[in-house]
Amino acid sequence: MEFGPHLMLATLEGAITAAILALTAVGLSLTFGVMRVVNVAHGEFFMLGAVAAWFISTAIGGHPALGFIAAVVFAPLIIGLLAASADWLVLKRLEYDPERTIVATIGLLYIIQQGALIGFGPNAQPVEAPFSHRIALPWFEWGESGFEMYYPWGLSTNSYKLFIIFAACAILMGLWVIMTRTKIGLVMRATQQDRDMATAFGIPVERVYALTFGLGAALAALGAVLIVPVQQAYYLMGHDPLLLSFIVVIIGGLGSLRGTVLAALLIGMSDGIISVFFSPTLAKIIATLLVAMVLVFRPQGLFGKGTH
Amino acid sequence: MNSTKKTAISRRSTLGLLGGAALAPAVLPGLSGFAQAQSSAPIKIGFQLHRTGIGAAYGRWYERTSNAAVARINDMGGINGRPVELVIEDDGTDPKRGAEVVEKFATQHECDIGFGTLFSHVVYGSAPRAGELKLPYFVCSEGHHVASGALNRYVMQPGITDVKSQVQAMAPFVANNLGKKVTMIFPDFAFGHDHRDFFSAAIEAQGGEVVAKIAIPPTETSFTKYFPQIPRETEVIYHVMVGPAVLTFVKEMGEFFGPSSPEIFGFIDSLEAVDLSSPGLEFLEGTYFWEGNPRYAQADQTEFDKTYRAAIGIDENGASVSDSADVSTYAHMFSCWETLNVIKRGMEAAGYQGPADRVKLIEAIEDMTDMAHSDDHPQGAKVFNGKTHQVFGHQYISQVEEGRLNVKHTTAIEDGFYEDEVDYTTQSF
Repeated sequence: MEFGPHLMLATLEGAITAAILALTAVGLSLTFGVMRVVNVAHGEFFMLGAVAAWFISTAIGGHPALGFIAAVVFAPLIIGLLAASADWLVLKRLEYDPERTIVATIGLLYIIQQGALIGFGPNAQPVEAPFSHRIALPWFEWGESGFEMYYPWGLSTNSYKLFIIFAACAILMGLWVIMTRTKIGLVMRATQQDRDMATAFGIPVERVYALTFGLGAALAALGAVLIVPVQQAYYLMGHDPLLLSFIVVIIGGLGSLRGTVLAALLIGMSDGIISVFFSPTLAKIIATLLVAMVLVFRPQGLFGKGTH
Repeated sequence: MNSTKKTAISRRSTLGLLGGAALAPAVLPGLSGFAQAQSSAPIKIGFQLHRTGIGAAYGRWYERTSNAAVARINDMGGINGRPVELVIEDDGTDPKRGAEVVEKFATQHECDIGFGTLFSHVVYGSAPRAGELKLPYFVCSEGHHVASGALNRYVMQPGITDVKSQVQAMAPFVANNLGKKVTMIFPDFAFGHDHRDFFSAAIEAQGGEVVAKIAIPPTETSFTKYFPQIPRETEVIYHVMVGPAVLTFVKEMGEFFGPSSPEIFGFIDSLEAVDLSSPGLEFLEGTYFWEGNPRYAQADQTEFDKTYRAAIGIDENGASVSDSADVSTYAHMFSCWETLNVIKRGMEAAGYQGPADRVKLIEAIEDMTDMAHSDDHPQGAKVFNGKTHQVFGHQYISQVEEGRLNVKHTTAIEDGFYEDEVDYTTQSF
């Protein structure tokens, strides 16, 4: 494949990775920022989102769009409630102690994963996209007869893949509005800045925590619902999103939503481009190296507020 | 045989240590009772199964096929007058767990033999332990690992042809009908490497060449990023993929090429347990697939195939009779059925009575050559090579026509023969 079309394809693939990664990592970052909880089970909430999407779309049947819309609405809601109840049942009892919550969320990871294996089974299950059209992309070139447009072999995308990118942007905008323009966002930011002071001002911190944990998980689930029509629901699919989300959150700065989104863009795009031109393994190596560099030279992350 | 005794003793002593004096009287009579009743006690076949992990789709059908085969054997009076019992252990499609499972068969379950493994990395992980424990270990894997001499005398593959033989038999069809410049897409582990190495050699022997080799990790979930490596000059895409995301792989390949695709020749592995009428697979119409055993009942279907399908509960489209969306791994799972029948024949020839006769069993199977097309071998006739512990059979090349696979070419058994690379019979037990 020629360089130009190749780069365009790589950028498109990277943009999809970045979009889903941004949703997932923002969820993880939110949980850490507000609650100081490192949620190791985050990837499993992602997996549950995909599994829930499969159950919902299979149960509804009919046109794939019906099942998809229902999945977009209900899957994050169900997973969010599940996560909030896990917060109430487990994390609250540990008084949100950072070390103990890590161990507790590792436990949650295994419980959720094995639960999915029992309930959903070991097979990958496809979810049909609500719409899907191959879009051949043109490329422009100065040829012998001047400026010409042609359709290179393999340079194409899919209407649903483009939808993923736009949907993720819209969701992130929505989240930004919630965090900056609503009372819920205000309360969450207050809790993030100073838990004790927030308590003193009458903010029900425990409820904010449950809400945050649920919201974080719901964002991961939403990312999975969006991606599952181009991948498949599978009980072990939570590993990669967890790893990449951690990389993104560390690079972006723990708890910084803006940093997380930018780091997701950086990691997603570089993953896409390096994977296409070189190999996916090299992309992971470089991302991990970047994390090491950030930890050495800028431990608070690119947009972190510095250590307290 | 000495080590068999040693194993039994160490197990007893371990039990003694664990259970203490109170438990010992309860356990020991059980053991001695088993010894007295040996003649009517079941023959225990340890079934190493990919029930979870990336091989789970195969595991589901390997289990159904093996259960049906054992039920049939038991209906016919068992082996040497004794019933057969499958002892199933999940290996999670994981090599490390595979070796542990083999160990459990030999020491904990006291199985007579081990059986069933498919994924080649699990075979590689498990086979050395089977050799150390002197447990006859029958794999249903397709990998060239047995015939290459990489394993040991206790490992045999009498139910399915290995990849080297398969691709050698099919390369002439690809070169003569589809094209000479081939791009290979294969999973990045032992099984895929067998394809890479042996198909490259086989197509060169036909005057063709492999213009690109694209390795994809079997755990990958997104594939579009690999396809730009396909050179423009490619005349034929040769694809073989395994793992949970095979459907995504094939869909994204179709999307990548759009209307201007090269010829496509796939191993049905890329779509095992996947419905050919799944949305996004329409582009496969007219493309070719290797099938170990034709998924769709053909016009010239044999009585053997009918009986075999009925025994497992598979309809003429290769799906479960109770759920038409539950598509089988039809091209591979016959290996379980046939291997179990080879084991039966071997045990009968050896007069197998118990673990002390394991060596006799292996020698009896090494003496086998022809396996006739029959209810025992519904996939077709086969020739077993006792020196390399590998069986050779017919291969089927099918074309997708109106959403079903119709066999276009059947290779001769001899097409897949190659020089022996090992003589296991010269190795000591």
